[in-house]
Amino acid sequence: MADDHAGRNLPPLSLHIPEPRFRPGDTVDFGHFEIPAADASSRPPIDAAAEAMRGHSYGLVRVLDEDDRAVGAWDPKLSPERLLRMLRHMALTRAFDERMYRAQRQGKTSFYMKCTGEEATCIPATHALDRGDMVFPSYRQQGVLIARDWSLVDMICQIYSNSGDRLKGRQMPIMYSAKEANFFSISGNLATQYPQAVGWAMASAAKGDTRIATAWCGEGSTAEGDFHSALTFASVYRAPVVLNVVNNQWAISSFSGFAGAEATTFAARAVGYGIAGLRVDGNDALAVYAATEWAAERARGNHGPTLIEHFTYRSEGHSTSDDPTKYRSADERTAWPLGDPIARLKAHVIAIGAWDEERHAAMDRELAEQVRAAGKQAEALGVLGDGMHQPFSTMFEDVFEEMPWHLREQSAQMHAERAVSGITAGGEK
Amino acid sequence: MSDTRTMNMIQAINSAIDVCMGRDPDIIVTGEDVGYFGGVFKATEGLQRKYGKTRVFDTPITECGIIGVAVGMAAYGLRPVPEIQFADYIYPALDQIVSEAARLRYRSAGEFTAPITVRSPFGGGIFGGQTHSQSPEGIFTHVAGLKTVIPSTPYDAKGLLISAIEDNDPVIFFEPKRIYNGPFDGHYDRPVTPWAKHPASAVPEGHYRIPLGKASVVRAGEAVTILAYGTMVHVAAGVIADTGVDAELIDLRTLVPLDIETIVASVEKTGRCIVVHEATKTSGFGAELSALVQEHCFHSLEAPVQRVTGWDTPYPHSLEWAYFPGPVRLGEAIKRVMEE
Ligand SMILES: Cc1ncc(C[n+]2csc(CCOP(=O)(O)OP(=O)(O)O)c2C)c(N)n1
Ligand SMILES: [Mg+2]
Repeated sequence: MADDHAGRNLPPLSLHIPEPRFRPGDTVDFGHFEIPAADASSRPPIDAAAEAMRGHSYGLVRVLDEDDRAVGAWDPKLSPERLLRMLRHMALTRAFDERMYRAQRQGKTSFYMKCTGEEATCIPATHALDRGDMVFPSYRQQGVLIARDWSLVDMICQIYSNSGDRLKGRQMPIMYSAKEANFFSISGNLATQYPQAVGWAMASAAKGDTRIATAWCGEGSTAEGDFHSALTFASVYRAPVVLNVVNNQWAISSFSGFAGAEATTFAARAVGYGIAGLRVDGNDALAVYAATEWAAERARGNHGPTLIEHFTYRSEGHSTSDDPTKYRSADERTAWPLGDPIARLKAHVIAIGAWDEERHAAMDRELAEQVRAAGKQAEALGVLGDGMHQPFSTMFEDVFEEMPWHLREQSAQMHAERAVSGITAGGEK
Repeated sequence: MSDTRTMNMIQAINSAIDVCMGRDPDIIVTGEDVGYFGGVFKATEGLQRKYGKTRVFDTPITECGIIGVAVGMAAYGLRPVPEIQFADYIYPALDQIVSEAARLRYRSAGEFTAPITVRSPFGGGIFGGQTHSQSPEGIFTHVAGLKTVIPSTPYDAKGLLISAIEDNDPVIFFEPKRIYNGPFDGHYDRPVTPWAKHPASAVPEGHYRIPLGKASVVRAGEAVTILAYGTMVHVAAGVIADTGVDAELIDLRTLVPLDIETIVASVEKTGRCIVVHEATKTSGFGAELSALVQEHCFHSLEAPVQRVTGWDTPYPHSLEWAYFPGPVRLGEAIKRVMEE
């Protein structure tokens, strides 16, 4: 009883507020960050009981060692051709990001987001999935579309909201939707895709289908209620789903401590829900491939969901609206001990004799040219900076399957306004 | 009265919070990126440095959590001023706002209260697409127990925000982000005017209040009453200047509680009324205004009340300016209402 303590000299409580180790101007030292040996992690059987593999939520699945060799139980033993295809998709994603970032700076569109440094968190994963598996992405998984060989022109048209944009200019840049690529429509509202992926997976299971679902979200987004609802449903129904958390350590200006990283890992969220969790070196393309392959096999075998934390670093700003020098040390990027995912995969294929610097440089030139050509083709259909490219009437379509009277009335009013103001939009005289 | 300084709306909001925090140690500021960084729009810049990390701090990205803990902090006796980064992201917090904060006083017969001011940038005009442009005020005005406040100038923003923070009931304080840096008359193709050229950018450094529930008559006129708030006040002022119509322009400033006397006095004088908001039309706050004007001024009305609003569609990205209720839409409504 509280009364028993009355008069006792209790210490004052204090409120803990997380604080990142480094702020602008600080010298960065990641000495506290322990990297287990590349072959240290065991590979559990795909039907392992979740409670038997708790250690995997706190360890780090790695494959590439310090000599750029693939080692240990998780080595997915991929063919050189597969490795080179992954490398190419990762390099293409980076080239694409570079060019689109510049296009935004040149006023061709309103917004862009890069995934630089995080290419390995979704491209090797996509290679480990079947194309029929459904992807519920956040805004930073452009690499999934690129790994599914989706048309760059189509993506750029979306970014430019031009007349070639299948989404009719309705969505902000990079909020793609590509049903043909089994890629769900991206939402700006964080973590909403997580329970949706679980629902898709539950539907697939209920129907006796063979396809599984995957979702991605950032570590900051794991704080949202939707993340936890998703894990509860995934656990209760043993949904065939692979849930990825990209821990790039930053959520705009907030470091991962504000999502709970001072206390535990993101993979360890799985422990409380009784599902399998894997913490993976997210800059090791082979480790990501191997973890995804394991989780996909587990899901396909009706052994339930897996939560995978990809430990990585957001090398660039959050978006074109952000200036990271205002809140974090510029040194972090270079000091981050897990390196750059493209450089590491490149070093590996060189180490196994499947690749060399000359071919890599030639590939980079070719990819830059491929992106440039796609950009030109898309630009021929207009850029956002030049005005409105969709017929005005498209604004009222797709609110409902059939347009009710009040939208027809508003559409007519819109056209009357347009006549008064003399403003025209693409496709309308 | 303290010294006056030229401020844009962000600076005025920052100053309001600063002044309140300096006077009352129970006021705390929370939200995504509000601490060290000072918020994505910089509204809380410098406050963590000045008042310390336990009074101004970043939160996990969970709007439900941000408001839920604010209710708990208020139950303890603090006066939280949480920021929701964009009004479009307030929906995960709806249960805590609608079922909890708004009803706490009522259900506990005054034992517990929720003196919380939820600040959030809202409205479009920045090419933010459907998740950085919405105007959801009508959702909150529909809830019993919430006050809803929307400023249109730096001077008003500061005075209203101080009143909101000092109010003992939960207040939804929506900040029209399109006019953070300067008034906007809806002519998106013209250069932006900074606040410095507007008289309402002269803001006292110290404490002052603008009472909640008091509208302001921006311009007196005889021909038609225009009811507006936020960005749309400036669009309406621009149209009045361009067309020369002798309109009476009323900036509501507070939607709940509403300054019904000012509205009724004006419509009884002019006999005509136009309601303007950027939010979608159906069940928008304009519907409430239109009903009230009809109930109170039926015998003075010479024409049906007109509503000028955003369309009943999600906010589009590229067709933003065809969506936005700009000068043409308002100009046409003025013609219609004057023809009757
Ligand atoms: C529901 C919701 N709240 C807030 C935001 C604003 N917001 C956009 S991105 C972001 C940070 C997300 O960080 P993280 O989940 O780590 O993903 P990352 O950007 O690092 O990939 C925030 C707060 C939003 N989009 N949706
Ligand atoms: Mg992140």
